[in-house]
Amino acid sequence: MTLTRTANSDDRMQRRQRYKNAHTRSSSIALALTLLCGLMSPVGALAQDEQPVDSAAIAPPPAPAVNVHAEDTPNDKGKSATITWELSPDDTSRGIIDGYVVLRSESPSGPFVDTVGKATIGKTESLDNGAIDGVEYFYRVDAYRFEIDADGNQTFVASPSVVWGPTTTKAQWFNKKLGVMLFIFLIVAFSILQFITQAKTGKSNLWMANILFIILLGFFYSWVMAIIAAITMVLFLKDFYSGSEIFLRKIAGIEAVEEAIGRATEMGKKIFFIPGIQDMNDVQTIAGMAILGRVAQVAAEYETWLEVPVSKSMVMVTAQETMKDAYSRAGRPDMFQEAQVHFVTEDQFGYAAALDGMFVREKPATIFFMGAFFAESLILAETGNEVGAIQIAGTAMPSQLPFFVAACDYTLLGEELFAASAYLSREPRQLGSLKGQDVGKALFLVAMVLGLIVVLLGEVVDLPSWLYLQQYFKVD
Amino acid sequence: MKREIPLIITSIAGIVFAVSYFIPHYPFGKAENIFGDWISIVSAFAIWLGMLNLGEVSLRKIIRKTEGWQLGVIVLVSMLVMLIIGFSSVFNAISSGTSHMAPGTGLKWMYDYTFSPLSATMFSMLAFFVASASYRAFRARSLEATLLLVTAFFVMVGRVPLLDPIVNALGITDFPFFSAVADWIMTYPNSAGQRAIMIGIALGITSSSLRIILGIERSHVGGDA
Repeated sequence: MTLTRTANSDDRMQRRQRYKNAHTRSSSIALALTLLCGLMSPVGALAQDEQPVDSAAIAPPPAPAVNVHAEDTPNDKGKSATITWELSPDDTSRGIIDGYVVLRSESPSGPFVDTVGKATIGKTESLDNGAIDGVEYFYRVDAYRFEIDADGNQTFVASPSVVWGPTTTKAQWFNKKLGVMLFIFLIVAFSILQFITQAKTGKSNLWMANILFIILLGFFYSWVMAIIAAITMVLFLKDFYSGSEIFLRKIAGIEAVEEAIGRATEMGKKIFFIPGIQDMNDVQTIAGMAILGRVAQVAAEYETWLEVPVSKSMVMVTAQETMKDAYSRAGRPDMFQEAQVHFVTEDQFGYAAALDGMFVREKPATIFFMGAFFAESLILAETGNEVGAIQIAGTAMPSQLPFFVAACDYTLLGEELFAASAYLSREPRQLGSLKGQDVGKALFLVAMVLGLIVVLLGEVVDLPSWLYLQQYFKVD
Repeated sequence: MKREIPLIITSIAGIVFAVSYFIPHYPFGKAENIFGDWISIVSAFAIWLGMLNLGEVSLRKIIRKTEGWQLGVIVLVSMLVMLIIGFSSVFNAISSGTSHMAPGTGLKWMYDYTFSPLSATMFSMLAFFVASASYRAFRARSLEATLLLVTAFFVMVGRVPLLDPIVNALGITDFPFFSAVADWIMTYPNSAGQRAIMIGIALGITSSSLRIILGIERSHVGGDA
């Protein structure tokens, strides 16, 4: 198969020598097949019509890729096939082979004119993301290289593989790769729901649900995991079953919220609440709004001016509603003014510049940073620090946490941001969810320690059953 | 109903999103794209709300002559100039069949010579803020702060190609010692700490999402908990 393109080259002779060497490594059968297919190909015929090439100057095509295989891409939403192959014996360096092209046809006899994937040398996989579900496809992988003939013309020389097919694509009903994730999610969700129930009813009556959950887990997923779940439930939830009162560890940043608002009241200065630069579809912004509700309620009770400059219009509307409600709860609906929440700009650094200006001009007593922050975090927090404001920050952006820790008085680290609203509300069901979250964390710790022990012992214990156990602690 | 309807919509959307994470099959697999499109459409309309609010706040400041009212004038003038140039560039682009951000257009000029330099200036100031924050954070006032200082010293000198060539030239070591120490700190203790925080965040998001989906947490829709 040849496709002619015009090009200039200075190292023609060297290339030709390399191709001769490649030729000696190619099998004669593959070569014969390649030449036959190449000559019969319509593309090749067309190219030859356009620009005749001196066959004596063309080195033999590379050996084709072998063991081509195509299958429906697993765990996806369909319309995708994964094509794999083994490298051509000539896939040793660029020049002998320049890469592979994946061609598709709806008939095993072709024509293979749809290029659905390309791969560089050394690659053995490509995805066809343009398939139609239910249609039978046949795939061929052509190993190719570009060659320059005696006249300086560049030719596309390719050798086709054996055709694979038929292959059909379809959407899957469950992403099996996320099985472990689902297991963890269910364990954590279940523990949170249990504590919410306990907080609501004062006692647990979920023994039957626990047992059912463990049986289902063992039956559908893994009995090893079911046993681990049962042991951890007994160990960590025994207090829960006894109906003892929920204890929550103190979080300094949350404890300081009222103190920070009180300071602003005493100083007669305003409070700024910055909900980050993400929109309402970010869970950190939602958590920030929940905290704003609590902060606004206390600020209303203390009759202290709270200002919320935002960078997203939808956050502005949500913050206005949240504050309006908080002021009503505090019995001071008359105090709320919509101008307390105002839009600044959507631009990241424009927002940072505007806020810095406000901090410097108005010298607030207290600043809250609660939400998703990026590079502007330190610009804001350092300016707040310069003007002497007490600052409480909370974010789930790990890369910004060190900046807040360095520049703020208190920082809610990651999960504490999500716990803050529930913690401040003191509402039993919300506190229950926090306890469930802590239990989930304990379960993670147990799983990690167990995994560590199992993997380390795996170095000295050479038993098939141990290897079987190890696989449950591997994460893709 | 003002609170119940948003809560119901939130619950349904939350459940669909959670399910679509594990079920790629249609219609769940498309949920993320569909909701993403909705968010884009609503955001595009909502930006006018923001602009109107900004205009209103600035105008009120100017009329009442409150402190810093001159800044309101700058905001309004900048916004109007950018709007006029932006719309004229778009109309020209439509009539001439080119891009509104093509070289030579007013919008491109404004972007290149006002917006970009201003953004770059703010970003550049970060270097000074990092310096002042580091100075405060790295003062050895306690054991933890001292550990932080020592760790930061090794990471910084390991990242700057200064000490390694000197140490090698003096014949103390024959390999990049400080780079190796910095890499080790970043690969092991730093990664371990980051992962611990990430696990905590994942649990926090799960807990927070469950509260929102179940309607226990409702302060974000202006409701009591």
